[in-house]
Amino acid sequence: MTIRLEPRMWTPRWLSPLTTIGAVVVALFISALILAFVGGDPVRAYLHIANAAFGDVGVLSDTLVKATPLILTGLACALAFRMRLWNIGAEGQFLLGAWGASAIVLAPTLPPGTPAIVVIPAMMVAGAFAGGVWGFIPGILKARLGVNEIITSLMLNYVALFWIQYWVFGPWSEGGFQQTEQFPREAWLPRLTDVATAVPAFSGLTIHLGFLFGLLAATLMWFLLNRTRAGYEIRLIGDSPRAARYAGIDIKRAIIVVFVISGALAGLAGMSEVGGVVHRLQDRISPGYGYTAIIIAYLAHFGPFRVVIASVLFGALILAGREIQPSGVPAMIQGVILFSLIAGDTLVRYRIRIDRRQPSTAPTTTSRA
Amino acid sequence: MTDPDVPVAAGLLEANALEARGIVKAFPGVLANDGVSLDLGVGEVHAVLGENGAGKSTLMNILAGLYRPDSGEILLDGQPVEFNSPRDAIEAGVGMVHQHFTLVPSQTVTENVILGLASPRFLLRTGRAEAEVGRLAKQFGLRVDPGAKIWQLSVGEQQRVEILKLLYRGARILIMDEPTAVLAPQEIDELFRTLRSMTADGRSVAFISHKLGEVLAIADRITVMRRGKVTAAGMPAAGSTRAGLARLMVGREVIETVERTPARLGDTVLEVSDVDAVNDRELPALRGTSFTIRSGEIVGIAAIAGNGQSELAEVITGLRACSGRIRINGRDIANASARQAIRHGIAHIPEDRTGVGSAPNLSVVDNLIMKSYRTPPIAQGWLVDTVRARGVAEAMRERYAIATPSIDTEARLLSGGNLQRLILAREIESEPDLIIAVQPTRGLDVGAIESVHRLLMARRAGGAAILLITEELDEIMSIADRVDVMYEGRVVGSFPVDSADIERIGLLMTGGEDAVADAAAEAAPAGGDAP
Repeated sequence: MTIRLEPRMWTPRWLSPLTTIGAVVVALFISALILAFVGGDPVRAYLHIANAAFGDVGVLSDTLVKATPLILTGLACALAFRMRLWNIGAEGQFLLGAWGASAIVLAPTLPPGTPAIVVIPAMMVAGAFAGGVWGFIPGILKARLGVNEIITSLMLNYVALFWIQYWVFGPWSEGGFQQTEQFPREAWLPRLTDVATAVPAFSGLTIHLGFLFGLLAATLMWFLLNRTRAGYEIRLIGDSPRAARYAGIDIKRAIIVVFVISGALAGLAGMSEVGGVVHRLQDRISPGYGYTAIIIAYLAHFGPFRVVIASVLFGALILAGREIQPSGVPAMIQGVILFSLIAGDTLVRYRIRIDRRQPSTAPTTTSRA
Repeated sequence: MTDPDVPVAAGLLEANALEARGIVKAFPGVLANDGVSLDLGVGEVHAVLGENGAGKSTLMNILAGLYRPDSGEILLDGQPVEFNSPRDAIEAGVGMVHQHFTLVPSQTVTENVILGLASPRFLLRTGRAEAEVGRLAKQFGLRVDPGAKIWQLSVGEQQRVEILKLLYRGARILIMDEPTAVLAPQEIDELFRTLRSMTADGRSVAFISHKLGEVLAIADRITVMRRGKVTAAGMPAAGSTRAGLARLMVGREVIETVERTPARLGDTVLEVSDVDAVNDRELPALRGTSFTIRSGEIVGIAAIAGNGQSELAEVITGLRACSGRIRINGRDIANASARQAIRHGIAHIPEDRTGVGSAPNLSVVDNLIMKSYRTPPIAQGWLVDTVRARGVAEAMRERYAIATPSIDTEARLLSGGNLQRLILAREIESEPDLIIAVQPTRGLDVGAIESVHRLLMARRAGGAAILLITEELDEIMSIADRVDVMYEGRVVGSFPVDSADIERIGLLMTGGEDAVADAAAEAAPAGGDAP
């Protein structure tokens, strides 16, 4: 008996989402086996994770806070990947965005006492701009010189990290610690808990304006891709660069533009994190959001709204990491999910056929449970 | 044109080398083969004729072990067999030459031939294999150097390597999927001689084709398929006519040549003068090409593949850099971008439909607006008006009879003929001044060819200038007004089609008038051109 893979000539519409869900289920199952193997109780662990992430309004809010940077960096990756532009640099663009937003407060660019209504937009622009610049570099290198963007965008992550470290250890250091002083309240993104005096139910909810940015960005990206000329060009280039060239599209320009937008989205994520959660710049501001974003973009098949869903799932896993010992368990689950997804992709593109070597009497006797 | 010298021994035809009985094969949404039977006699060339999507390739792939039938049986020398893989089939002596070759470009002919064989097992001692390859090549007239690397070979030579691969493995039955689609006229003749020498040796050939003329020229018997069924089983080629075969193929009378109205020539639309360009390998492809096309005129470029005609199309459509002058309606557009070329009203029907002419995973709508998405009414400023785009797409689908389940279907799911109709619809809809059509009917069935020709003729009547680049001389003769012959990047002859001498064009295509003189002087066939 042999098992063969046959390319599919025709893929049903439901297959791709189904394999994605299937991959997550299989990943949870494999993870459960691993947990059981090392002596844990998978059922309890999963219940604990679910409880820690979605158990009540408070933790749900925390989950969404964790999901926020993932949504924005996930969108950054999804947009670039849509054009088959492998931006692995969301991490660095995130850091630069955080730095740019911080610079508004710490440089300081605006006089002290400037109201939030001015400070926060300025931080957003600065964050998106700095991230965009960080995306522009691999973009122009690829467009003009044909340099592989995977290498350049990845390497720039390290440059960005050292750049941040220079500022938090040096000019912006708070008394020699590896962090800046806390931002003034005007530079904090509004949180639900901030209006708890008016709506007591919001008390303690840390979800902040950045989550709204994420939802808005997802909507805008869907609109960009499906309703604008630029989005049409991105989809066309992503599917067939040769057809795009034939249609008269300037691919080099598109590479640069998409890299800049992608970087700006990741930069906005960095801004949202310093402005909405940490309220200061520190060198460990990202636990690898920009890398998780790559997994999320894949999990979402580059669809903007699916990025939001996947980000919430991953936000929950990150949050649960605080609750579960050893805390590596959620990271392990993430890794297993990625592997399952890649394996599941094979099922979308190929059919499995089982052949029996012996001449069978009828061609229908091939299934075996 | 059946060669009377070749004996088709009546006795040999009695036994069937390979037989398919009641083959059924379904793909999602399509019943590709619906109770198909085929008998291939020993020592015969059996042509399988049919439109695109008729199920010919499916049947052949089943015979060659690539697919398994849902039901039905295959008999080899009268014995039922079951092929689970192409390897099973070739071990039983059944081999297939696919339309797309499966050769390793960086390896030699001999290395490709022995690739995947059980012996030699570890050490590559190609000497013996090379001698054997050379012997087989000689026996069957397959001119190719066993030591040459694949990338150095022409498409025709690569096809010979594919045939050699099968012969080396002892194939008695060769299945060929549209072998002539990629060949120049001379190469086709050579292929036919090879096929004849193989059948004379007791081998059998099943041969898929769209081209009625060829089928009548080479086949002993013909099976015609339509929509997964056999409409004529094993008819002797001797009594068949083109019109009769065409009727069996498409189920209605086909006017093979589109009716041609007298040309109403207008002003010069395209003027190409002294254009030079290099190909992808940086070698000169165009060397001082010059010609003009007037409004209401179809100019056919007759050339064997690789003589600069592909580059010519790219240069005019802004996809390749060049030097020299290219004027459209008096304005120089040499080295303009593809976008400028589109804006100047140049439509382009590219040679590569799936790689260049369409985006396979995008919808029919998205493919139809590829050239119009940046202009109103589909574009509204920065936005694409999807409602209008869909309306336009629906209208075009209707008008150009693009058969698709819906306009949201991905383009890759369209059949070859429908994809080409989609491309033509898109390119012609804007009533361009100039149409560059490259191999517009390659691989299409009779019905689709006719509709392509009709559309081009309609644009000609509407005053468009049309450059038709094709390897099918018949096509030029049936729809073009003038034929320009290209050889090694130059236009070496230009004739009105009505008074064109095909013999002379053929000679010009293959190396100019000099070859005529040489051949006459030596009065002997030209020797093998060493690769």
